[in-house]
Amino acid sequence: MTEIWHGLTKAIELIISLDPEVMEIAGMSLRISGTSCLLASLICLPLGSLIYSHHFRGKRGLINIIQTLFSMPTVLVGLLVFVLFSRAGPLGFFGILLTPTAMVIGQMILITPLLLGLTISALSGVSKEIVDTATSLGASGFQTVWLVLREARYAVLAAVTMGFGRAISEVGCAMMVGGNIRGFTRVITTAISMETSKGDFELAMALGIILLFLALIINIVLNRLQQR
Amino acid sequence: MMKPLSSIIEVVDLSHSYGERKVLQDLNLGIGKGEVFALIGPTGAGKTTLLRIVDLLEVPGAGEIYFDGKCVPRSGKQRLEIRRRMSFIHQKPQVFNLSVYDNVACGLRWRGEGKNGIAEKVDHILEMVGLEGYKNRNARTLSGGEAQRVALARSLVLEPEVLLLDEPTANLDPISTAKIEQLISYVARQHNTTIIMATHDMSQGQQLADRIGVLLDGRLVQIGNVTDIFRSPQNEEVAHFVGMENIIEGVISASNEGIVMVNIGGNALQAVSNYPVGKEVYACIRPEDITLALSRTQSSARNSFQAKVTRVTTLGPLSRVEINCGFRLVALVTKISTEELNLQVGREVYATFKATGVHVMEKGIRQ
Repeated sequence: MTEIWHGLTKAIELIISLDPEVMEIAGMSLRISGTSCLLASLICLPLGSLIYSHHFRGKRGLINIIQTLFSMPTVLVGLLVFVLFSRAGPLGFFGILLTPTAMVIGQMILITPLLLGLTISALSGVSKEIVDTATSLGASGFQTVWLVLREARYAVLAAVTMGFGRAISEVGCAMMVGGNIRGFTRVITTAISMETSKGDFELAMALGIILLFLALIINIVLNRLQQR
Repeated sequence: MMKPLSSIIEVVDLSHSYGERKVLQDLNLGIGKGEVFALIGPTGAGKTTLLRIVDLLEVPGAGEIYFDGKCVPRSGKQRLEIRRRMSFIHQKPQVFNLSVYDNVACGLRWRGEGKNGIAEKVDHILEMVGLEGYKNRNARTLSGGEAQRVALARSLVLEPEVLLLDEPTANLDPISTAKIEQLISYVARQHNTTIIMATHDMSQGQQLADRIGVLLDGRLVQIGNVTDIFRSPQNEEVAHFVGMENIIEGVISASNEGIVMVNIGGNALQAVSNYPVGKEVYACIRPEDITLALSRTQSSARNSFQAKVTRVTTLGPLSRVEINCGFRLVALVTKISTEELNLQVGREVYATFKATGVHVMEKGIRQ
């Protein structure tokens, strides 16, 4: 119990004093996960809309696969990215292993199924009558999908929030493809992992609390957006 | 079948099924430019499906739709272009989760209209439907009647050539209903908009429409002007549906120069008809066409029967009086008359109606 208490006081201390190293780690976490979430959203929202609005054979099966991949282990993604981008791997010539770019790619792969699946289900939640009404009012296929996306905006925003949450909280992939290099690829989760193995439970706890604090701020911002 | 000279919409040999269930069968219908056409029929008759097909939301199983003289293709971009000349107000108004303004503006935006033009049109139409103060309200927070008016404004602002309405006043209170009906007839008159409306409310059809089509079990059983449908229903089903309460079985016993005697279990009734003697028929009399009196009065009406009142029920300002004059008849009289004549069960009365008030139709026609 004392670790938790000390962790809490230390976290407050670190936050108030704007400890440069902690700030840098937190900033890196935000930057990497924010980028991966943004890029994944840019891919998944249109792609999800496309899957939602088209009827084709195997659609149900595709959605099943997407949903299965929600529970893809982070280390498996880490492994995949590692094998692809390692010096001997097929994409090794990019030379991006152990850089933030590789981490962004890993997190994108990780949250893409989640964003895609939740986007499709958010859009499917919009009633067929809304779609018919839009069509009747002369919306083209694209205009209808855009309207449906706006109708489902809260659920879509929730999907994005969940994607971001999964990205910023994962450690397996970040550790494997980023390497936890100080001042370069060290993020909050990899730092917690390292501090714990070093036995500095207080700092680890403080970093964990900072991570939750960041999540809280992001949720508040998104909630504000939803209420508009 | 009578076709208006310049049809804006023509439905030719249209059939449609949902799975095994045949929803529409061999429909042929022409709607003239500027016409107000009411599609009446009970729930489940196929009215909504027909409107959906006309609005090109669905592709018919068989048959063609012609819009403004051109055959509508079964797929492709042209359908959107044609659909943009129409507007369909669905039965349950679906407002988008946007402000009232954005709801009304969306159709214009989709047509690529400029911002200033949109603002002007939207303001004007909101004023017309009496929602000018609601511009910035989220449309989801409106009442049913208000939402229906948003739906109407959203369609009217597009100035469609054809306006399709599916039960526009179902589930609305009488005041909202009156407002919507007013708007519909205003649009029909002012903008010469062609209107096709589905309704199960006969009086609404009667009040607003130039012509009426009766849709029963997916078949257009009768198309005609309001008087035709209500005075001369083509068969028993239509007669029942349009509220012809007195449908009496009989046989033609004499015929002379367009006037026939219909024998109803020993009673003879005179009617205008050309059916030959021996023909089995139905005699239909609208309840409001029957006059009740306490004594046999001299009048030009050809039919007068002595009867006994068997039941009296009140319907607002009117009384529905059931009488027995050898056969059962229902008469509709004002409540004041009921009181003055002291019409109550057992009272002897004379029921009088004109030969022209009796519509005779062949028994057993089913189309």
